[in-house]
Amino acid sequence: MFSEAVTKMIIEGVGETLYMTLVSTLFGYLFGLPLGICLAVTDKDGLHPNAIIYKILDVLTNIFRSIPFLILLILIIPLTRALVGKSYGTTATIVPLTIAAIPFIGRMVESSLKEVDAGVIEAARSMGASNLRIITRVMLVEARTSLISGATIATGTILGYSAMAGTVGGGGLGDIAIQYGYYRYQSDIMIVTVVLLVVLVQLFQTIGTVLANRLDKRRV
Amino acid sequence: MSEIVIENVSKTFTTKDGTVEALRHVNISIDSGDIFGIIGMSGAGKSTLVRCINFLETPSEGRVLIDGKALGDFTPAQLRRQRENIGMIFQHFNLLMQKNVIDNICFPLYIQGKKKAQAYERARELLEVVGLSDKEKAYPAQLSGGQKQRVAIARALASNPKILLCDEATSALDPQTTSSILELLKQINEKYAITIVIITHQMSVVREICSHVAILKEGEVREQGLVADIFNNPKSEVARELILTDSGSDVDIESKGPQDEILSGEKIRIVFSENSAFEPVIANLILTFHEPVNILRADTKNVGGVAKGEMILQFMKGSRQTEAMKEYLIERGLAVGEVQ
Repeated sequence: MFSEAVTKMIIEGVGETLYMTLVSTLFGYLFGLPLGICLAVTDKDGLHPNAIIYKILDVLTNIFRSIPFLILLILIIPLTRALVGKSYGTTATIVPLTIAAIPFIGRMVESSLKEVDAGVIEAARSMGASNLRIITRVMLVEARTSLISGATIATGTILGYSAMAGTVGGGGLGDIAIQYGYYRYQSDIMIVTVVLLVVLVQLFQTIGTVLANRLDKRRV
Repeated sequence: MSEIVIENVSKTFTTKDGTVEALRHVNISIDSGDIFGIIGMSGAGKSTLVRCINFLETPSEGRVLIDGKALGDFTPAQLRRQRENIGMIFQHFNLLMQKNVIDNICFPLYIQGKKKAQAYERARELLEVVGLSDKEKAYPAQLSGGQKQRVAIARALASNPKILLCDEATSALDPQTTSSILELLKQINEKYAITIVIITHQMSVVREICSHVAILKEGEVREQGLVADIFNNPKSEVARELILTDSGSDVDIESKGPQDEILSGEKIRIVFSENSAFEPVIANLILTFHEPVNILRADTKNVGGVAKGEMILQFMKGSRQTEAMKEYLIERGLAVGEVQ
């Protein structure tokens, strides 16, 4: 259907998209998971309520979540340059993707952890568990199904953002769709890339759901 | 010296709608090896009180002493150490739903940094004690309520505590399962000499296994002492109420017969102990005074292993002989109390 060069380009696009999405999700969790834990723990019904810390994190999270991704992408170009050395290309896109993912992931983690039964946490306290133990051995364990579902949603969202980053030379399938489909009116290439994006989202969702269900011991 | 001393403890919660006094100047002493019941209607403050014993709630006023040491003087780390000596079980079991039975039981041991092999050994011993050796690898979702509570009991015992706190531990269970769990608690009390504190709203629970009881209402202890004494001679109104509504394990059934409205003579409650059951007291009473009495209710109850007969009698309306009749009953060794 396509020339060898185009096929190669599309395959590379899939690779780039996966690279951006997965690395950004990973970095997003590296910072977003502690953020979500801090939000859940310092909230007024949390393990260690602290109104000041909660409010600061809460407001910062809201600010970063409300900046449209494209604007964020441009806003943090100086940071991206400082970290990666250039402001375009696949690796550079990981910086804004991660920044956009952190508050989103933080909120997902926060809500997952808040679902954990307060009674189980109280039981752990009655056994002499410290807050750190309760977080690592009770909250993260009991919330794991919900955390995995959250990670699935986060990955899908970051994949969508990565396609958006294509408009400013971010690479990946989104870039191809814009370059060939939009600017050059090659709608066949655009359709293929969009279908591939759909397939990727579907794939992540299926893996996430299967994993979450398999790990959920509440189901008999 | 008492093992647990609750000294002038008050607890006030501040909510949006003002302050709530959950506990007011509570004084209770619990001796080592006792099974101590704390009973009260919902909202009486009993759950708050039991949480003061392991400092899950910090009293606003007063002290809690365990083996003579005040919990309020402990550092957070010392307090966590202390909690390892106080097991606790709950109404809703509070098991880790994502962990299997044996890992749930090992949980307190893992917290203390015990090795898995060592913890498993202890957990298997306890599974035997609670009769669930075949459920080692099951998850809580696969167990019945009674089985879950057994797992919770095993978990609470894992670190060899000296005290076991039970917060409405049988309230979510049916009467048969309740009895079997109470039986298990009794065995544990005897086998390991663990002091057990039982929070409940069911008089039947107190009656069946407790040696001592404190009756709580509106955050205050209204009456406390030996269960047998209070059952025979309840002094406070709330104690009488709890005893009268105690019909087997289904405490919540209000037993009000139609006779209540027809006759309006004075009602009394009498309790027979073993030794007073030989003489046909009621029949003799009627023959002696030539006046009928109405038996509104009669029941036999197990109070700490001793069978006690309980009857609610009603005298004729306007009878002049009621005082003499009461005296007659007291002379024959029966405990007599008023009924509102």
